[in-house]
Parts: sequence; C-alpha cells; structure tokens
Amino acid sequence: MAVLTCRGLRKEFAGQVVLDGLDLTVEEHRVVALIGASGSGKSTLLRCVNLLEELDDGTITLDGEEISDPRVDPDRVRRRIGMVFQSYNLFPHLSVLDNVTLAPRRVHRRERAEAEAQARDLLDRVGLGAKADAYPDRLSGGQQQRVAIVRALANSPRLMLLDEVTSALDPELVGEVLAMIRDLKADGMTMVLATHEMGFAREVADQVCFLDAGRVVEAGPPAQVLGEPTQPRTRQFLKRIIDAGRL
Amino acid sequence: MTRAPAPHHDSPAALRQRTPSAAQRRRAAYRRRQTTRSVLVAAASTAALGTLLVVAVTGAPGWDRVRRSFLDPEIARDALPEVLAGLWLNVRLLVCCAVGALLLGLLIALLRTLRGPVFFPVRALAAGYTYTFRGLPLIIVLYVLTLGVPGLRLQGMPPVLVLGGLALVLTYGGYLAEVFRAGIESIHPSQLAAARSLGLTYRQTMRHVVLPQAVRRVAPPLLNDVVALQKDVGLVSLAGPIDAVRAAQIATAQTFNYTPYILAGVLFVLLAIPLIAVTDWVTLRSARRQSGS
Repeated sequence: MAVLTCRGLRKEFAGQVVLDGLDLTVEEHRVVALIGASGSGKSTLLRCVNLLEELDDGTITLDGEEISDPRVDPDRVRRRIGMVFQSYNLFPHLSVLDNVTLAPRRVHRRERAEAEAQARDLLDRVGLGAKADAYPDRLSGGQQQRVAIVRALANSPRLMLLDEVTSALDPELVGEVLAMIRDLKADGMTMVLATHEMGFAREVADQVCFLDAGRVVEAGPPAQVLGEPTQPRTRQFLKRIIDAGRL
Repeated sequence: MTRAPAPHHDSPAALRQRTPSAAQRRRAAYRRRQTTRSVLVAAASTAALGTLLVVAVTGAPGWDRVRRSFLDPEIARDALPEVLAGLWLNVRLLVCCAVGALLLGLLIALLRTLRGPVFFPVRALAAGYTYTFRGLPLIIVLYVLTLGVPGLRLQGMPPVLVLGGLALVLTYGGYLAEVFRAGIESIHPSQLAAARSLGLTYRQTMRHVVLPQAVRRVAPPLLNDVVALQKDVGLVSLAGPIDAVRAAQIATAQTFNYTPYILAGVLFVLLAIPLIAVTDWVTLRSARRQSGS
C-alpha cells in the first residue's frame, strides 16, 4: 500500500497558482526525488504534505488516512512525518542534544534519560556524538544539517520530507549529508526529496518526478527521466542543467 | 542562520612558534604607538574639560549661595535617615511592581498572538489594554486608582500603597507587553515551521522554541523599562505614602534648603547603577552572540 498519495493538489499564493492539480504516489521503502526549476512547486508540495500550508483543492492520504480533512489534528499527523529544511532551522538556544530530544520528550512524553540515550545513539551513528553538548552555531553547515536529520529521525517517522537539504551547503560539505540519506534509504526509510543534485537523484531515487508550473510533467525511473526524457519541458530543463555543468 | 563552516585552525602550539614577518612587526609597532597616543589625547582632553567645568561653576558669582542651599553637608546628614526610609519604600515597590509588570506584559503579549475566531474578544481586550495604558499618563492612572477607587467605599479595599502599585503595574505592563510582542514577532517563521513539523503543539512551540529566544533578544529593552520604572515608583507619594523624593521635599520645607533633593538624587543614581550595569552587560552579551564570536 502507498504511504503517501496526493490527488489533484492545488495551492495558490495571492492569485499565483503554485500547485496546479498535482498527483503523486509514494510506495513504502521508496525514495522519490522531485526535480524542477525554482518556483515549480517542490517546496510547496512538501509543506502541504506536512500540513504547514492549507490546500486550495485536492486530497492527501497518509497510510490510508485522508490527512487533508480539516477535522484531522495536524499535530498528530506531523508526528508521523519527519521534515528537514534547506536552512536547517535548528533551535539556536538549545544544545544539539536538546534539539534532538525536544520532540521525543514533549510530544512523545519519553523520560529525559531514555530520550537522551536514544539521541546520543543516533548522533553516534552519524559521527556527531562528540557534538551532543555543543550549540548549533558552533557547527559547520553540514553538521547542522545532519543534526536536523537526526532530530527528525528521533520521532521515528513513517515518511521523511527533505526540502533541498544540500542547497545551502558548501560543495565539500554536501557529501556528508548525502551519505546520510543514502544510509537512510538502505534502512528502508520512505522519502520524498526535493533536490538540485541530479547525480544524487539518479543514484538514490527509485523514481524521479519532474515538476513544472505546479504539475508532475514527467515521472519514472531516474535513468529514463534524466537520460531519455520524453517531454520537451523536461528536456529543456535538463539541457539548462547540463549547460551549467551540474549533471 | 546560514553560516560558513568553521575554518580549520592550526594547533595553538604551531601558531606560537610562527614568527611574524617584518611587515607585520612594523604594523604591530605602529598600532601600539597609535594606542598610546589615543590614551594620552583622551586623558589630556578630559583633564582640560574637567578644569574648565570646575572653574566655570565655582567661579560663578552666585556659587557660594548655591553651594550653601544645595550642597550643605550638615543638612544632608540630618535628612539622611528620612530619605533612606523613603528610599526603602521605593526599593520594595520597584521589586513588586517590576515582577508584576513583567508577568502582566508577558501575559498580554501572549494573548495578542493567539489565533482563531474564539480568541477574538481576548485579542481585542489585550490590544485595547496596551493602547489605553500606553496612552494614559501615569499620574492620571494613579489618581483614579488611589483617590477614585477608595471613594467607592467597597468592602475589603486594599491599602493605598497596593492601589498605587497596581497603577504602576498596569501602566508599565502596557509598555512591556509591546516589548515582549516585538520579541515574539522577531523570531523567524522558519523556527515555528521546524517546531510544528516535529509535532509540537502551538503552545509547546511558544513555550520551548519561541519564548526562550524572544525573551533573550528583548532583555535589554525590558531592563531599560525597569530602570525607568525605578524612577516612576516614587509617584505613589502623590497619594500619601512617603518615598525618598517626598521625604526630601518634607526636609526641604523644614529647612528652606534644597540639599535633601540632591541627596535623594544621588541615592537614586546609586540604586540605578547596578540595574544599568546589568542592562549593559546583557546588551553586550547578546550583541556578541549575534556576531557569533
């Protein structure tokens, strides 16, 4: 059964249509990469799935439950979804450990000791154990983003939404974050990631969706969408990427 | 929030062993000479200005008379116990009113951030409160509460001092509410998005993510208002209680000498120094934090 199903999503901002009847299905243990130009609706789609934005039309179903129903408690839905942002958005007044344990302690009502043990274990696994007591502004961008991913994982989410998580990073720090996502895929995590890293999308994604003007214009296996695109707009987009030396 | 990664530093030992180039040594020597020069110039100009002021004031034709009526040590000594007793009232009122006004201000600011149609009357009341009490002169609030309200002759009316304190809390609560609100609104929406994405409720997001950052950010202006409150608590003497300034006024009326006012003024400044020092320290610390060093 599909973990996430989006049907006919529509979202407008001040009269500008950002999502225009978008359909998307994500099966369990699958990784879906969203590609497309800035403003094509990738980030808005992820924010709508996490109920950070209100839909103007369409339905979103998570594990068979329609979460776009206004009677659904959004806090309960968000506990099952992990989200990571382009700008990390760590809480600057909390240590790395407190950033990671905030949701387990306050949302899931775990004991402090238990939550901290789990957090230290997760941080150790990604090589950030030594940074547990540091504050976010002492960390490099790559380290901050890895902490943000750990923070989302501490909720044991059903689905991870990654919104251009490497776009704010210096090139030499991109690798460490991508390695972490690769490990997540190996662990069977279901993920939707908006990305500009075409090489990474090709390697890690089971399906690539090309978004343009708020719709999925072309979707399929990475080799097909990135290698032999059938749609003229996909070809145009990829040509610009290749011309810029990014593929 | 987007920061470049920390640069890789050489070990401290390696840095110590390095000898600076000739150009760097010349630059360092030049900077040292400049520093010495600045200190000397500052000392000379301060001395010159100080001498000028002393000569101008003490050389004035009326200096002797002014000194006798404003700076009489004997009168200061006699008035000290009364003025100190009054100052003790100021201190007690300040502590109670500062705590009350901070709590009220925070509550009002939080009420103003509530969303949803259910909370419309609460929001409207909170907004109306801040508009009214920031516009209303403190003296009028004081008169209404300390002279008007007891006139109602209700059962269990609190003493005038409590009513006066209430007037101070209501007035300053309005200012502090706006400072808190500015702090809350200065927290970037991405912080809220991150907190809500983790499943935190609106209330948990406020409590654990927004408020701790907001209060830290507005601590300097909050403390600034507390320093201002320190001077205004004395206004309760308009309703009867004797504070330091009122005690000085009484002593002046007995001797026809203004020295007690100067005494009260000096004591006020001495009382304010620790508070202002804390304010400066907090400001400096938050500035350092923002520059990331």
